Amino acid sequence: MAEEFKPKILGIVCNWCSYAGADLAGSARTQYPPDIRIVRMMCTGRLDPLFVMKAFVDGADGVLVSGCHFGDCHYLEGNYKAAKRMFLLKSLLRGIGIEDKRLRMTFVSASEGAKWAKVVEDVVKTIDELGPSPLREMAK
Amino acid sequence: MVDTTMEKNPRIGVFICHCGTNIAGSVDVKGLVEYAKTLPNVAFATDYQYVCSTPGQKIITDAISEHKLTGTVVAACSPRLHEPTFRTATKEGGLNPFRFEMANIREQNSWVHMHDREAATEKAKDAVRMAVAKASLLQDLEVKTVPVEKAALIVGAGVAGMQAALDLGNAGIKTYLVEKNPTIGGRMSQLDKTFPTLDCSQCILTPKMVDVYRNPNIELMTYSEVEAVEGYIGNFDVTIRKKARGVISMEEAEAKGIKGGGCNGCGDCEPVCPVIKPNPFEMGMKPRKAIYIYHPQVVPLLYTVDFDSCIKCGLCVEACGEKKAIDLEMMDEFVKLKIGTVIIATGYELFPVEKKTEWGYKQFDNVVTSLEFERLICASGPTGGNVIRPSDGQKPKKIGFVLCAGSRDNTGVGKPYCSRFCCMYSLKHAHQIIEKIPGATPYLFYMDIRSFGKMYEEFYYRIQDEGAKFIRGRVSNILEDPATKNLHVYTEDTLLGRPVDVELDMVVLAAAVQPMEGADTVRKLFGVSCSQDGWMLEAHPKLNPCGTTTAGVYLAGVCQGPKDIPDAVAQAEGAASVASIPLHRGFVELEPYFAQCIEEKCAGCGMCVNLCPYQALSLVEKEGRRLMQVTEAKCKGCGTCGGFCPGGAIWMQHFATPQIVAQIDAFLLGGEQ
Repeated sequence: MAEEFKPKILGIVCNWCSYAGADLAGSARTQYPPDIRIVRMMCTGRLDPLFVMKAFVDGADGVLVSGCHFGDCHYLEGNYKAAKRMFLLKSLLRGIGIEDKRLRMTFVSASEGAKWAKVVEDVVKTIDELGPSPLREMAK
Repeated sequence: MVDTTMEKNPRIGVFICHCGTNIAGSVDVKGLVEYAKTLPNVAFATDYQYVCSTPGQKIITDAISEHKLTGTVVAACSPRLHEPTFRTATKEGGLNPFRFEMANIREQNSWVHMHDREAATEKAKDAVRMAVAKASLLQDLEVKTVPVEKAALIVGAGVAGMQAALDLGNAGIKTYLVEKNPTIGGRMSQLDKTFPTLDCSQCILTPKMVDVYRNPNIELMTYSEVEAVEGYIGNFDVTIRKKARGVISMEEAEAKGIKGGGCNGCGDCEPVCPVIKPNPFEMGMKPRKAIYIYHPQVVPLLYTVDFDSCIKCGLCVEACGEKKAIDLEMMDEFVKLKIGTVIIATGYELFPVEKKTEWGYKQFDNVVTSLEFERLICASGPTGGNVIRPSDGQKPKKIGFVLCAGSRDNTGVGKPYCSRFCCMYSLKHAHQIIEKIPGATPYLFYMDIRSFGKMYEEFYYRIQDEGAKFIRGRVSNILEDPATKNLHVYTEDTLLGRPVDVELDMVVLAAAVQPMEGADTVRKLFGVSCSQDGWMLEAHPKLNPCGTTTAGVYLAGVCQGPKDIPDAVAQAEGAASVASIPLHRGFVELEPYFAQCIEEKCAGCGMCVNLCPYQALSLVEKEGRRLMQVTEAKCKGCGTCGGFCPGGAIWMQHFATPQIVAQIDAFLLGGEQ
């Protein structure tokens, strides 16, 4: 019997909006699934496609990129740049046989603690349904 | 030339905080310490009840020398709270403060997985492992200090903006006060009385307006808006659009060599103007001309031409004569300012209460908003202070006040929040009609009366004693009797538990407030966040209520959330105080998260140059090839260039690619010894 699937999800979030939103979820004690690990950057614009690909190669089942809402970026337009890179990454993932739903970008502001919890819940649900990443399976 | 070398034999100290039971309640802290000791590069690991306390910080400083640490990791709360504390402790221990990394095991762990100790502990182990991996690769960085322009900009000249300007001006700081309307004064100048003291609003405000005008350090820029913002704390480059006013002041006339000319506010131009428009200051209840002033006490006393409605007949120019104050061909002007710090005080407007169709505003003549009522009861208002029914000009005897008109409304039409000052001004209105109209009775329809301020509850008792009627119930419907134009107000009296139908002569809706139109544009120009309801977001609701996430930009007054005059003025004084700190200090420190060029990898393609939103990057010729160069003072460290560079030639200090990849690897590949 295979052991229970515990998804490994990497969250890449910006310091000003989504990281602060996640902190707010904490202050409000909003409970959400514990399957995500966070890497904080100043801006999602810092998102090097390499980071996402490295995560999948390392065996991540999903990657969440979360930044400010469009028009609210602390650095004016970094989130637009990140969003554009998502299209590239999603098509790369499809090309190597990884479901592109495993990569997601969301926009959570510093005041949206409840939304952050909802986003994580949602991402975990998606990955749960997809099961382990094909790359993780292959590595076994 | 950037130094990309990192510590060869890192020795990391890990300090894990219990935070009382905040962390220890959901995470096995002792187990976490034992786990940390197994990680590569960890030379020392310990736990403490409160690492942020003085003895807690001492553990860090002592351990650095005792164990010859090259970096520190604190697993505790959010770096947004205590990163500065632990950086300082790391520095006191003899290390560069940027050799510190924080693992957030409280806000993003113990508090959100309170009932799953096992999963929370596993997550904490991962977080510590990731932080150790990054800390092992962190480099020494130097904080950059830049000089500060000793000048402040205040956007919005309501009572909050004026107070902040006065405080800064009196402290000897050059202050630019920008106001989009032709006069300063804001909402408060529209009010008749103020609660609970019943001071005449204009009487206490106009002296302040005059003070602002006379203050030698305050440069008033009315009928002007912020057009563009560049730069950073201490060195903002702000462009102000001075909208074409069509009228020049006496000072401007003198500068132009028109002796004794310029607008002296005589008003000769106004009667001859053939164009009639509603005066927004009077909530549209009084006419104004295309050349106008809002009211007699405007500051500056200077007429304004409304070019949207002016037909350029030239009659005003004739009437003005030798003063030559009017120029109907005037164009918008742009002024560039060098600014050190900024205070936003853009205020509020009323929620368009006609959206709540059940109350009949804009359907029935005798339903008015609270601001319209302020003008109706004000001696300088359109009726000279005689409260009359708009339908027939008769004196109303029974006046209803609908509180929470659009506030505390979860239907999706109104606003979910409490607008905070409507209860109190409705009590004031009730008092005023009892005082002004013999035999009149106010009916207040309320959910709760929120009289929370100093002497507010006492004021509430006073109005009860004066005979105002209070009906606790949310008004479901207002209907008009077509013959009499009287209004039927339907609600449930929830204290008596029965439906109520009251026939009234007039109804005043205490409408919810919302951010001022255009405030969103200002907010985005300065990179300030907003909360879900659109109010500007303070840096911390309790401990940094005037600051924002943009260094050097502060908030005052209702733009940050509904507040009454005392609270708005208090916040303005607070904002002026914090905004003056960098100006008096003379320099600011910038976090050194700059981009750097790894010259041997740079192909000089220039992609990054176009990506940078701050024009911080440029291409230069060096030893016969093109290389990217960073202007550090302009770089804000977002990393957008670093995320794109196809050659991996950009080194983002403190967020360098190897440092981030180390975190990702530590999470997914483990790394326990």
